[in-house]
Amino acid sequence: MIRVKGVSKSFGDKEVLHGIHADFEAGQVNFIIGRSGSGKSVLTKCMVGLLEVDSGTVHYGQEDFTAMGQKERESIRLRIGMLFQGGALFDSMTVLENVEFPLRMFSEMSSEERRQRAMECLQRVELEGAEHRFPAEVSGGMQKRVALARAIAGRPKYLFCDEPNSGLDPQTAIVIDNLIRELTLEYGTTTVVISHDMNSVIEIGDNIHFLHNGSVAWRGDRKGILDSGVQELDTFVYASDLMRDIRKQLQGR
Amino acid sequence: MGLLFHIGRYFAFLGSALRRPQKGRVFIQSTLVELEAIGVQSIGIVALLSLFMGAVIAIQTAHQVSGWIPAYTIGFTVRQTMILEFAPTIIPVILSGKVGSNIASQIGTMQVTEQIDALEVMGVRSISYLVLPKLVAALFIFPFLVVISMVLGIGAGAWVCNTADLSSFADFKYGIQIDFRAFDVTYALIKTCVFALIIASVSAYHGFYTSGGAREVGRSSTKAVVYSVVIVMIANLVITQLLLT
Repeated sequence: MIRVKGVSKSFGDKEVLHGIHADFEAGQVNFIIGRSGSGKSVLTKCMVGLLEVDSGTVHYGQEDFTAMGQKERESIRLRIGMLFQGGALFDSMTVLENVEFPLRMFSEMSSEERRQRAMECLQRVELEGAEHRFPAEVSGGMQKRVALARAIAGRPKYLFCDEPNSGLDPQTAIVIDNLIRELTLEYGTTTVVISHDMNSVIEIGDNIHFLHNGSVAWRGDRKGILDSGVQELDTFVYASDLMRDIRKQLQGR
Repeated sequence: MGLLFHIGRYFAFLGSALRRPQKGRVFIQSTLVELEAIGVQSIGIVALLSLFMGAVIAIQTAHQVSGWIPAYTIGFTVRQTMILEFAPTIIPVILSGKVGSNIASQIGTMQVTEQIDALEVMGVRSISYLVLPKLVAALFIFPFLVVISMVLGIGAGAWVCNTADLSSFADFKYGIQIDFRAFDVTYALIKTCVFALIIASVSAYHGFYTSGGAREVGRSSTKAVVYSVVIVMIANLVITQLLLT
């Protein structure tokens, strides 16, 4: 599991995170949700070490990630897979080379073993046949799946997904959601998904943290989110007419 | 303060770039790719410019010396100009426009599309992984390009003298042999290596610290070229003063 304790982060005078406490459980799809600017991405970047926290700690299992030097952090990072919002695929490499990359850097596998593992991952995300294309030659949804395949290539213990469904059509979004859920169960990863897509939250969210103005305003599961009693969360969840109609129908029963 | 900040951050960046590669085989493969991108793909422009410059220097010198200075001066001037200044300084300056902007825009695009974040999260030391192969490739290939430039420039000067009847080949040959000091070539290659490091590292630095989007990548690319050229010119003065006086 990943435990975030009292994490604060400021940029100049602006405090973006105020003493965040959160636990992200292993084998579950943990969500960090909130409006744009609520601090979701900053919290994630603090968790993976792309930003340094001002105060507080991030523990991976028993290990205090925030107290480690860059070299020690590398041992934790080898256990992390991350799906970035834009995919962040290396555009000079083919799809197969992208998926092979973490293995090429950090494993002692032979080129044949690497290729085999990369092909397994591509099959897992239903992308066999696209291995020799470049990222610019595949669709946005396929890029996300390639990025997911790359994230799981090293069999990570911790999987981060930043806005996995942004820019995708609803059907492709469901495919990505289901993949994240299946991979979490299959590998027993501690999966952290950053999103403001309520469909995904309702579909696959096990453990949900709602961020508002840099603090965790609510935490719970997908059943509780529809009737949280927290005004800011209700405003977030029922932002669309469709969701408001669903709520009325639920209340009418 | 801004200048000091950039100088400090540049040297810290250079320190990170010069760290031992995490995986030797990957480093060698990346360096080979960079050798092709920086060196092989630049041979055409280097050859073209050197041929024309050698020919033009020969014609201009012939025009200046005709009648009252020995004809071998043409060969001498072409040789000295190509070896001392055109090949080791002007060719790197031109390459800073081609190679430098390419390095800055490539790394800058990686930065704004989170590819560098992806490397970091994986545990890859992104600066060393991206920059060291470019530094090594530039350091290795620039001297070759400069020697090619010297040879082609002097050859073009000889050809134009012969075909335009500016001087005899024997005079030209005598001119390129007279008072030849091998140290001039050493000096040229030393400064070429320094310029190669400056161009590759300054361009990579500007690319790496790009933030924003496509417009900022373009700006970084422009800055990379401008700063590389300015620093190359300053270094040229310092090295010349140190080695030739």
